Amino acid sequence: MKINKRLVVSLISIALGILVGVLILAISGKDVVALFNGLLKGSIGYDIVNGGINLRYFGEFLVSAMPIILTGLAVGFAYRCGMFNIGCEGQVIMGSLASCMVAILVPMPNIVAPIVCILAGGFAGAMWAFVPGILKAKFNISEVVTGIMLNYTALYGANYFLKALPGSTTQRTVEIAANATLGNDFFKAMTNNSRLHFGFIVVIIAVFAYWFIMEKTTFGYSLRATGFNKNAAEYAGIKVNKNIVISIMISGFLAGLAGAIILQGTFGYGRMMVAPENYGFDGIAVALVGGCNAIGTLFAGLLFALLKVTQPLLQTSGIPREIGDIISSSIVFFVAIQYVIEKALLKYKSYKGGKS
Amino acid sequence: MKKFLKLALISLMALSLVACSKEAPKETGTPETTPVAGECAVTVGLVTDIGGVDDKSFNQSAWEGVLQFQKDNNLADECVSYLQSAADADYVPNLSTFGDQGVDVVMAVGFLFEQAINEVAPNYPDTKFLFVDAVSPEANVMSAIYAAEQGSFLVGVAAGLKALETESNAVGFIGGMEGEIIGAFQAGFEQGVLAANPEATIYVDYVDSFADDSKAQNLAVKQYDAGVSVIYQSAGNAGNGVIKEAKQRGDVWVVGVDRDQYEDGMTAEGNSVILTSMIKRVDSATYKAAELAMNNEFVGGITTFDLTNEGIGAELTTGRNLSDEVIATVADYAAKIKAGEIVVTIDTLVANGQSNKTQQAK
Repeated sequence: MKINKRLVVSLISIALGILVGVLILAISGKDVVALFNGLLKGSIGYDIVNGGINLRYFGEFLVSAMPIILTGLAVGFAYRCGMFNIGCEGQVIMGSLASCMVAILVPMPNIVAPIVCILAGGFAGAMWAFVPGILKAKFNISEVVTGIMLNYTALYGANYFLKALPGSTTQRTVEIAANATLGNDFFKAMTNNSRLHFGFIVVIIAVFAYWFIMEKTTFGYSLRATGFNKNAAEYAGIKVNKNIVISIMISGFLAGLAGAIILQGTFGYGRMMVAPENYGFDGIAVALVGGCNAIGTLFAGLLFALLKVTQPLLQTSGIPREIGDIISSSIVFFVAIQYVIEKALLKYKSYKGGKS
Repeated sequence: MKKFLKLALISLMALSLVACSKEAPKETGTPETTPVAGECAVTVGLVTDIGGVDDKSFNQSAWEGVLQFQKDNNLADECVSYLQSAADADYVPNLSTFGDQGVDVVMAVGFLFEQAINEVAPNYPDTKFLFVDAVSPEANVMSAIYAAEQGSFLVGVAAGLKALETESNAVGFIGGMEGEIIGAFQAGFEQGVLAANPEATIYVDYVDSFADDSKAQNLAVKQYDAGVSVIYQSAGNAGNGVIKEAKQRGDVWVVGVDRDQYEDGMTAEGNSVILTSMIKRVDSATYKAAELAMNNEFVGGITTFDLTNEGIGAELTTGRNLSDEVIATVADYAAKIKAGEIVVTIDTLVANGQSNKTQQAK
């Protein structure tokens, strides 16, 4: 019941967000059809206006969706336990770093290599999240403050270690071992040379695991109970502090996975970053719109990725790329004011109920 | 409920607005803005890095070259377009998008595209690529590199002559990141200074960033306090920190980089602290690549932009901060470099954090 209501609110918010985008386009005299053509082309690669299908766009769409689905799950997991993991960004970076270091420094046999590197990324993310978790549990220090600070620590710290790897320039590391990458020639051939990679398997496992842990296990139940009411949960005999640490570590693990698949799949080498790339912050929006449940987050991640990959397509058809940002931020805005929407829905229902 | 009805009505009205305004541009016959090969003499697609075409620097200059080309050849607006990258991950898809659209020349601005262009260019063998500021081995890529050391030599001469006027006789170099690219700026500058003023002390410091202007300013404080009278900054946006420090002091000089920075150095009194600027004409590369493609003369490989083809140079406007004698001397050196009498190398002399005097003492 509750999930259904959330779903309705999310769907209404998405519709309203797109409506805002359409209105702005219309008022500024731009071609509205191009927006929808861009969305279609960005998702499945089909172009109505010029005809023809190009699966490269589909591949790139999935490539940009994978990390933000994972960070969405990460933020959602902590949120269900009453934690706001804004340090996701840093955990993504640490995940990338660990996966890069293992992939470059440790030679491994074929099938083992990608798995070990991905897990290394996950564990690094979990360890990075352990810091705000333990500080929250032991000393009740806000995980928001420590999380934000650790984002910058991760950014500059990771650059330092990447630079120290053998063969690194001031911009990037060497290519990671070929058998640790997630890309493959079959996907490349299928999708007209997109960068589509095996990371989607990680995403599918993560979505399933998230759903299973949250909804089907006692542990998940105790996490949710902690999120609903910490004091009541403690009174009921749940070890609240332990849950806080474990939930944010699992959250960090998911974020670390995102970092690992970006490195092993999308790039294949480590990069020195000058600024955060916002995978973590996108994850917050995705979790919010997805209602912090597994399937919702999956679709919200796909939606936000779609809006992202559509931006350059809009730009080439004469529409400002910012329209994509406008739509995604409007959606977040409408979800944030969900009580207004719920109230409107309630009034509408009671009106209908009163009539019949 | 009335409210809800009102809302619904408003959205309906809004929707009808959509319908109206959607037709408006069609009546005026606005053409599809997607570049389609065939309608234009040549189509150009430029991919910027994160900076965008209004970054007052590299990307902007590149785009201005494209626009100038469009104007000179009376091309329609839809023949040229650009894509801005939001993150590193966008380089490959953005280049590929232009490739898929059948754009004739795809331009990648900046060495950050190195990996992306090597990945994308083989997928579109019939598309011509321009890679500004670094080299790609692919056959359909024209790599435009700049002999930055030549322009830096000339501004080095100007700086060296300026330093002669002071007792300390010292100049400084503040670079963004150590490496071959900025190293060429440093090397040319050092050789220019020592050619004009063999006794000069040269301080060298690197910011380790192209963005951290406060660190660049600290380095400028260090160098100016050590008696430096002219600093050549080659540190992108971070270089603005050097200009800021010079403006506060008022009696010291900065050499600008990449474009004429004279206006950036204006103080409240109406004087500029910019002695001269090393000019790197990114626009000449984008212009030339588009022109070559239009005339079917485009070939892959390395094209060097230097003093001889005016891809690089020093800013020598009379009536600014350089005396006519200095301008004449610099022009003299420029002629010698063009004639091959002076060969400027890219081998640096001074290490980061040192000066040529401290090194010799060791």
